[in-house]
Amino acid sequence: MSGAPGEVLAIVLLGATLVVAVVRPWGLPEAVVSVPAAALVLALAILPLHVAAEEARSLGPTLGFLAAVLVLAGMAERDGLFAAAGTWMAAASRGRPVALLAVVFLVGSAVTAVLSLDATVVLLTPMVFVTATQLRLRARPHVYACTHLANSASLLLPVSNLTNLLAYRASGLSFARFGAIMALPWLAAIAVEWLVLRRFFASDLVGRGVSDRGRRAVLPTYPVVVIGLTLLGFFVTSIVHISPVFAATAGAVALVLPAVGSRKASLKDVAVMVDVPFLAFVLALGLIVAAVSYRGLGSAVEQLVPHGSSLWSLLALAALAAVLANAINNLPAVLLLLPAVAAGGAGPVLAVLIGVNTGPNLTYVGSLATLLWRRTLRRHQAEPPTSEFLRLGALTVPPVLLASTVALWLSLRVVG
Amino acid sequence: MQVIVWLAEGTWEGCVVAAAPLIPADARVSLLYVVAEDVSHAAGAAPEGLMGRWRPRPGLTEKMAAEAAASGEALLAAAAGLLGRAGVVQVIRRGRVEREVVAAAEAADLLVAARDGDRSRLGPHSLGPATRFVVDHAPCAVLLVWPDEVPGVGSIPPPPEGGRRDHSAPPRSQHPPRPAHGEARGRR
Repeated sequence: MSGAPGEVLAIVLLGATLVVAVVRPWGLPEAVVSVPAAALVLALAILPLHVAAEEARSLGPTLGFLAAVLVLAGMAERDGLFAAAGTWMAAASRGRPVALLAVVFLVGSAVTAVLSLDATVVLLTPMVFVTATQLRLRARPHVYACTHLANSASLLLPVSNLTNLLAYRASGLSFARFGAIMALPWLAAIAVEWLVLRRFFASDLVGRGVSDRGRRAVLPTYPVVVIGLTLLGFFVTSIVHISPVFAATAGAVALVLPAVGSRKASLKDVAVMVDVPFLAFVLALGLIVAAVSYRGLGSAVEQLVPHGSSLWSLLALAALAAVLANAINNLPAVLLLLPAVAAGGAGPVLAVLIGVNTGPNLTYVGSLATLLWRRTLRRHQAEPPTSEFLRLGALTVPPVLLASTVALWLSLRVVG
Repeated sequence: MQVIVWLAEGTWEGCVVAAAPLIPADARVSLLYVVAEDVSHAAGAAPEGLMGRWRPRPGLTEKMAAEAAASGEALLAAAAGLLGRAGVVQVIRRGRVEREVVAAAEAADLLVAARDGDRSRLGPHSLGPATRFVVDHAPCAVLLVWPDEVPGVGSIPPPPEGGRRDHSAPPRSQHPPRPAHGEARGRR
């Protein structure tokens, strides 16, 4: 199927894939619709096989990275890394709310950069909630700092966010160079978040909590060393021109083997962490978006997006990406935008990344569409985000976008 | 007389100390703590934004709300000890903090609350959002107490076009320390 019908069908399939991925009717894995949809795209030749094969080949390392990082974070939690982080944050804050916010920023930024935003959202945020509550401090500023940093502090490394892995693939940068260019935008985003949150939650950062918990943080040595070496491996492999996926895989294996050997974890646990259905979903989503782009939307997007690496076009790209991420969620947004800007080099690719990563803070956990779908299509028991949270997003996202993009522009001039 | 004292982390001790001498001896006193469910929900439900990575952990949100409730119970117990009165009722509610406080005060004659907010810049916005809501909507008289040091009159900046009158405040030590500063407001 070619031409307009093919394009329309590809867009319909993309829409269906996204809706199912977000709503997950009857708890079905997102792959249930996305994989057949991708198969249909191939069977009807909406996407030619050779283009599909090329897309799948280039997505391979990205999926390997994703799997390895999911395992690293999952195993680190099993080994007590996040519990230790909670104890350490409690001790380091000594019951002072602003000090706790500072250590939450420190730990949240580090965990997000190294173990990805997933680890911050899923593993660190509940720990921060419990830590603040047990210190008898108000949890609100600290929890919201975590959910914000999961997005804003995910700019640093290719492994920090799935969108980064996709941008890393498109940018043609080495791992080390990616990190070197994004260091300044990352710091700028964190600094703006700190300034805004510190003021915004001033009325909750009062008084003094319980400080004498009498518990000392015992950092689990082995996982910390393995994660540190893995991080080092990312840079070393990229300097000697080996794919850093090998470093990620080696790190994951180094954490899994002793755990499985001593029966602390079963292979089934590891399989759950690897999350094959999700990897299949990402691959299928990549193919469907490739079909949508191939059948004409790609060139349309290409005409719409600003080109060049001037400060203004970088700012426009970041803003556009942020809007798109809020409308259709950041994963499809980055898949749609990257092919259109990749020819422009690292600058535009990374500007898109700043938009899709920091933009979702505007509407709570991902996208406005996410919430609307959730509320209309499923009787959701959860509370909608408060106006307070939306105000916080409106106050942080524009300055973060601005500061990070200007920092990126500077960084590109310095690091190149 | 039914008195309800709303307590929260960070200000509860000061609130109890300041309110204790102002509550009539024959009053029936309830201590109230509200579990902010929007916060435990934000912490527990954030993974839903991850598009399928990491399965939602069943019961996480409820577990965290329970943790917060347990902490609130400990806070109320400590506050009751500090208040040192007999027959004090301890009440835990869950939901949006400001709305739960107003609802809890429905049958009360007096609601005691801490001057919650950023007290480093006193002015129209120095009441925290929850306290502001409670002051605006409380169905009874409200007694606002300073949870820490009471600012002197000299903390008020001079009026914008002033200059003729002398606003230099006397040193604070000349003010006798007051236990509390009340701002009562009745609607009945």
